Amino acid sequence: MPSHDVLIIGAGLAGQRAALSAAEAGASVAIISKVHPVRSHSVAAAGGINAALNPEDTWESHAFDTVKGSDYLGDQDAIEIMCREAPDQILYLEHLGVTFHRNDTGHLGTRAFGGASAARTYYVADITGHAILHVLYEQLMKRSEQIDRYEEWFTTDLLQDEEGRCIGAICRDLRNGALEVFNAKTTILASGGCGQVYTPTTNGLIVTGDGIAQAYRIGAKLMDMEMVQYHPTTLAGNGLLITEGARGEGAWLLNAEGDRFMEKYAPNKFELASRDVVSRAEQTEINEGRGFPDGTVALDITKVPRRRTLEALREIVNIGRDFAGVDITREPIHIRPGMHYIMGGIKTDSDGETTVSHLYAAGEVACVSVHGGNRLGANSLLDTLVFGRRSGAHAAARALQMPMPSTPSSWVADTEKNIAAIMNRPQGGRRIGAIKNELGETMNEYVAVFRDEAGLTKAHEIVRRLRDEATRAAIDDRGSIFNQDVIAAIELGYMLDVAETIVVGALERRECRGAQWRIDYPGRNDEEWLKHIDISMNGADVPLVSFSPVTITRWQPEERTY
Amino acid sequence: MPEYTLRIRRYDPQSGEAPRWDTHTVDLSPVQSVLDAILKIKDDTDGSIGIRCSCQQAICGSCGVRMNGKPGLACNTHLQEAAQRGHGTGWNLPDEGQQTPVITVEPMGNMPVIRDLIVDMDAVHWKKIQRVTPWLINKQPVPEREYIVPHENMVDVTQPMACIQCGACVSDCLSMEVDPDFIGPAALAKAYRFVGDPRDAQHRVRLNDLSEDRHGIYDCTHCFSCIDACPKGVAPMSQIMRLRRIAGSDFDIKDRNNGYNHEHAFVNNIRKNGILHEPDLLADSYGGKFHPAAGKELMSGLPTALKGLSRGKMTPRTALGHPHKAPPEVKKLFDTIDGKPKRYELNLYVSGYEDEPEPNAEGAAGREPPAEQSTPETEAQS
Repeated sequence: MPSHDVLIIGAGLAGQRAALSAAEAGASVAIISKVHPVRSHSVAAAGGINAALNPEDTWESHAFDTVKGSDYLGDQDAIEIMCREAPDQILYLEHLGVTFHRNDTGHLGTRAFGGASAARTYYVADITGHAILHVLYEQLMKRSEQIDRYEEWFTTDLLQDEEGRCIGAICRDLRNGALEVFNAKTTILASGGCGQVYTPTTNGLIVTGDGIAQAYRIGAKLMDMEMVQYHPTTLAGNGLLITEGARGEGAWLLNAEGDRFMEKYAPNKFELASRDVVSRAEQTEINEGRGFPDGTVALDITKVPRRRTLEALREIVNIGRDFAGVDITREPIHIRPGMHYIMGGIKTDSDGETTVSHLYAAGEVACVSVHGGNRLGANSLLDTLVFGRRSGAHAAARALQMPMPSTPSSWVADTEKNIAAIMNRPQGGRRIGAIKNELGETMNEYVAVFRDEAGLTKAHEIVRRLRDEATRAAIDDRGSIFNQDVIAAIELGYMLDVAETIVVGALERRECRGAQWRIDYPGRNDEEWLKHIDISMNGADVPLVSFSPVTITRWQPEERTY
Repeated sequence: MPEYTLRIRRYDPQSGEAPRWDTHTVDLSPVQSVLDAILKIKDDTDGSIGIRCSCQQAICGSCGVRMNGKPGLACNTHLQEAAQRGHGTGWNLPDEGQQTPVITVEPMGNMPVIRDLIVDMDAVHWKKIQRVTPWLINKQPVPEREYIVPHENMVDVTQPMACIQCGACVSDCLSMEVDPDFIGPAALAKAYRFVGDPRDAQHRVRLNDLSEDRHGIYDCTHCFSCIDACPKGVAPMSQIMRLRRIAGSDFDIKDRNNGYNHEHAFVNNIRKNGILHEPDLLADSYGGKFHPAAGKELMSGLPTALKGLSRGKMTPRTALGHPHKAPPEVKKLFDTIDGKPKRYELNLYVSGYEDEPEPNAEGAAGREPPAEQSTPETEAQS
């Protein structure tokens, strides 16, 4: 049985950063991922990473922008930590070899990004997440003596002892179907968001909310799950992301009448208002008949000098060409708001500790909360690094002071039974793909940019029905080598659990704040709703809602305009 | 919507059965991807088809496969493009009189198959990546803040950095087919990523290592397959050629495999003859006809020469004389390139497209000037 001080589940930026800091603290580390680490969805982060590193900039300014971006739902103590530690994280990455683009003097260069009062986004063309992820993976290879990598292992269950402490996980080796108990003193979930709950989404097929559901199932509290970010610029049809870096470099948004409509909605920041504001503006234009017939508006990147686009936005040149048949250096491209990110997640403190003892969470899977009701572009990479590092360090320090818990290997029996039950399902159930598709379209219809009680109630009913259908979904593959069918069935269960908490949170919050825009409850209501919504399992398979205060240190809520 | 027939190679080692071909027909638009088609088949008919995939936008590098004989990402290869690849190659003609275009999908080459379209990348690709010391070895002292380096250098290494480790280049590397120990295109492109990075302290050590290794930079046969295969414009072979130029010209590394001398004999041969005059090549690679080392090599090459003579590939006259002289255009080409103050490097991240005004395309900006006049090469890369 593999035993480690620190077990990390998920090997995107948060997981890899946690692994490195836990190893630096002297802990033995295992990092498990259902895909090869460089396939993790952090690879798709494009535009950059925020930090107040320039001498003229201040962390306070960065923190205020983040607080305002969050629509005052972010916890200001955590935001202060993130923005103070940001410059060190950039320099750490630079020294590891991330090929950040430079300015004329050879110093780190920056680009402008949404909701920010200074150009403080550090970047590698428009492959920033990719560049950082691959460089961190280089470090994992370098430290393979201290960090054991389990690549293409799927986590099925988190383990708890009688006192409720998390003591590891059960995982399935995708190559041969073998189950293994991973014994650990501390466990860090870093398995990302839940984009696949929506159709379409900018997120990859692997982003199925596994960690959120796994923690939820063992009693951890989730927080602010209703806060789902729609990114302003995604391709019609397939939902692929066009980086905010395009607008940062100077691209305009135009409606079908050729108007630069952001002037109406954000007269100071235009296209660089925060994402919730821009997405609502676009959706309003489309709903009021000023969009294109395909339900889109246009992003005009020809405003950016062509050479600059080719150098700094090359990836979206490729995406435009390959997935929309458009040369973005020559003509505008049709875009619309699309599901991109979840601000909510497993409730943690600023060291990554969840409400389950010895279980940590970092990155998109977690909700610290630094993003509150709306995340600023280029703050997500920062979140993964700062809180990945802190979780790794804290989990390692705790682990080094305690004995290894004993975890009976007989515990795999239950999981074995569950998997056998999936494999032996009778034919005739709905297909997994059909259920998943209905879920995604339901969420995108009723739990999107604009929401109301009728739609949310309908969504909740559909999700409950799909949960039932999912238990009988058809399986074609009964083998043990790379059985992706069984994994898809388990993931579907995770997605439906997560979907329900999103809908319940959205039904609960009766106001407009950040990404939660209830047309039946206009306006932000600080008096009643300046608080977090916590959701946990109550044992009866119905989500239990409770509330917790928002931490305010120095920025009192104000009216939010851009 | 048009119909496409997908022939998918299936293999499950657990079944004990030999690989087989499954055929499925899908109705999809020509600009949807091969991956869209496979996922539709998985969703609607057969969930047991094994393929790695995630992002569907050519950035995660999971879905490398061969489509009608050519490697690439299933997610950014349009159905019509994949189908056209097959025309006239026999790839899409399993059934006579087939009405719908056929796309044959197979796992990538040069790597063992685990199941269906899933190959063992650890056994080959990642092993080779680890071979090139794939991490930055910091130039000392590490500054308190960032290293100050020219913007051009960072943009330049963005090209190899853009590699998504999909394995398409490894799949079709001809050298690796002959020499499985060849470090290969992806790993050597990764090596350039450090050699081209001014923050790395070990350029000489790295280059020496890769030159002296019999399976290193001089093991590449310059076949362009990897450049064709790469879905991200990394142009691995170009990075290998740059490693050679830097090793030979900037660091004066004359490797024991005679790779450096061979390459220079080749260039000088073209300079002199305009086209390759093959009979001189081997001897010149070893210091000329009268060099002792050349004698040995010539003797060992004799059977090949005799075979060439017997098959009429050369005559005693062409073997001994110099029937061709370099035309002025060739000389002009060499003069132009030699006349440049810096070595001309092609890099799409730096140079943009061909219809742009002349860019500042000096990929090696900031590097120490070469100790002696180098002999640059041109590359037929577009």
